[in-house]
Amino acid sequence: MNGLKLTNIKKAYGETEVLHGIDLEIDIGEFIVFVGPSGCGKSTLLRMIAGLEDITDGDLEIEGAIVNDLPAAMRGIAMVFQTYALYPHMTVYDNMAFAMRIAKESKEDIDQRVTSAAEMLQLTEYLGRLPKALSGGQRQRVAIGRAIVRNPKVFLFDEPLSNLDAALRVQTRIEIANLKEKMPKTTMIYVTHDQVEAMTLADRIVVLSAGRIEQVGTPLELYTNPANVFVAKFIGSPSMNIIKSDIIAGGETGKVRFDNKREADYAFPVPTHLVGTTGQLGIRPEDFELATENEAFVSGTVLFVESLGEVTQLHINVPNHEDAIVVKIPGINDLHKGETVHLKAAADKIHLFNTDGISVRYL
Amino acid sequence: MSGAKLSLSKLRRSPLTILVHLSVLLIVVLWTLPTAGLLISSFRDKDQLAISGWWTALSASDQNLIGRTAHPDTQVQENGVYLLKGSIGEDGKDVDVRMFGWTSKAPTAYLPGTLAPMRKGQTLTVSATGQYTMTSPEPFTGSRGKRVFFTANIPPKFSLDNYREVLTSEGIGQSFINSLTVTIPATVIPILIAAFAAYALSWMRMPGRPLLIALVVGLLVVPLQMSLIPLLRLYNDIGAFFGVGAKTYLGIWLAHTGFGLPLAIYLLRNYISNLPKEIIESARVDGATDFEIFVRIVLPLSFPALASFSIFQFLWVWNDLLVATVFLGNGENELVLTGRLRELLGSRGGNWEILTASAFVSIAVPLTVFFSLQRYLVRGLLAGSVK
Repeated sequence: MNGLKLTNIKKAYGETEVLHGIDLEIDIGEFIVFVGPSGCGKSTLLRMIAGLEDITDGDLEIEGAIVNDLPAAMRGIAMVFQTYALYPHMTVYDNMAFAMRIAKESKEDIDQRVTSAAEMLQLTEYLGRLPKALSGGQRQRVAIGRAIVRNPKVFLFDEPLSNLDAALRVQTRIEIANLKEKMPKTTMIYVTHDQVEAMTLADRIVVLSAGRIEQVGTPLELYTNPANVFVAKFIGSPSMNIIKSDIIAGGETGKVRFDNKREADYAFPVPTHLVGTTGQLGIRPEDFELATENEAFVSGTVLFVESLGEVTQLHINVPNHEDAIVVKIPGINDLHKGETVHLKAAADKIHLFNTDGISVRYL
Repeated sequence: MSGAKLSLSKLRRSPLTILVHLSVLLIVVLWTLPTAGLLISSFRDKDQLAISGWWTALSASDQNLIGRTAHPDTQVQENGVYLLKGSIGEDGKDVDVRMFGWTSKAPTAYLPGTLAPMRKGQTLTVSATGQYTMTSPEPFTGSRGKRVFFTANIPPKFSLDNYREVLTSEGIGQSFINSLTVTIPATVIPILIAAFAAYALSWMRMPGRPLLIALVVGLLVVPLQMSLIPLLRLYNDIGAFFGVGAKTYLGIWLAHTGFGLPLAIYLLRNYISNLPKEIIESARVDGATDFEIFVRIVLPLSFPALASFSIFQFLWVWNDLLVATVFLGNGENELVLTGRLRELLGSRGGNWEILTASAFVSIAVPLTVFFSLQRYLVRGLLAGSVK
């Protein structure tokens, strides 16, 4: 049985369709992250799972039961909102007890569960306070506690860290990771646009763009084996360099040529019908190496040097290539603006996409 | 250096700020001064009130008074003349007499202590403390004492007598209760209805919702005077059908509710629809029904809006005369304060002590309401819920 099963889920506002048929299966206890740029529909999808938005078309199953028309409260979900959404006129205790009181559970049960959730989140000493007397991180913990108390089948997070400052964000991220360990039976869905959160928290990441799923996979799968140019550019920072190249050989391995002169080997099979077409070569900034002029695949002049200490990021202007190529070299480097640089990449570090942006490994 | 700079910047306040401060000062003075005058006047003695302004309330004033000598039965005969003795002051108390006389044509003809000759050989003398002696060669006759005119310097006198009088004998007390009987339900009913409506118009999806909101806004501009009589006829017809008489409290409650609702719904909807969406959604996920969300989340959070509207509605109903005149009768148990004041103005227009005390009784309640609720007008309850 799946924890959650989405079948051809669609959402339209009037004539405008914003989600174009989402299919997804999530196991019980899995931690799934929806990630994508603003407006890709990830929050809408989460709100549809929560029952806060109508499902225009398709089926939503939670632990085997179709819940399309079930009100939010009956779906066995709990949600943590970006803005915390604490009830400002209630104490922390009352905030956490609210759902159980609505459900008319016994005082002892409420007390026991609120207390244990508060202990888990180190909120015990704040139970009598109003939300306005708490810091941002504490408020977010109360919001999480309020969700825990409901003992949900599915735990939904809607960008829970985006209102916190950077230091608190790291700390709360670790707390959420701990929470996941403590609640192994609870499916968690987490929406974010921050790929670091996605990479560190997720069992599997769902990359969304313009109302469609681009790829579903573990964080490292997405990193090492992106299905298309969108995912390739979205995961990783700075994002992958995409270089238009001609595919000149196929078969078990391939060969590409850039700018009619430089060639590079590609370590994975390339369907032979692609030979002769223009492909898109993807090389991550950290996969470039400095090379001699003879070995080099691309050469260019340094536009800009960012020295971060542990790495040096170079922005390189390459003739016949639109965007600057970004290269990440470990350690400190004494390259200067205007110098000519030659670069190569290992054959197994290169990603190759066809003209439509689909990875040849997925064809 | 920095101190000099500071004072310079203070001096360089924009003229607009100064203008604002001056206007505020003007408004405060314009409002406070008459109110203070009214309050002071209402505590003053009615005779003093009639001859001097409230700003002289703390100084003594000269008053022309009329006293009577003791009854002729109390006369004594001494040395062949008949005497009437006593104090001209009320209940025999001392008064500070400045002048006296024995006829209304010349009430201030004599200084205290001098002997005033009267007709038929009678004489009258009044001392500076109000002790009088009237002599007559023949016995005094008549069923009452003789009139003595005098001018006395009366020290300022403050008392609650005016209030006692208006609250009991002038019917203000009963009208006060009538006004409360009208005002409290006429404030509570529209707020209840409007809060429900405002929640529904903000957070419950339904067909035609924007149209309903537009209708409410449209009703805001309907003048009350225009709908007053049609409404009364409608009410009377429907009331007759159900056997409810015209001109009852029920009628005026409904009328005020109707006239107050558009503004109430409009104000409360503006406030309630601005509550953070996430809070409502969170409550929905927590399993609360619309009614529970309304009662347990929206109502407590809307307290400032409810308070500010109840102040508006309360003051408007309390001060209303027109609707009360049309929808409520004139009987002792129905006449509201404003109506009573209007009646007093007609029947006791010269009795300032009654008018000032009545007026102050009628503004006491609005003042209390305003000062007890005004902090909710400025307090935001939302701090802490959303970053």
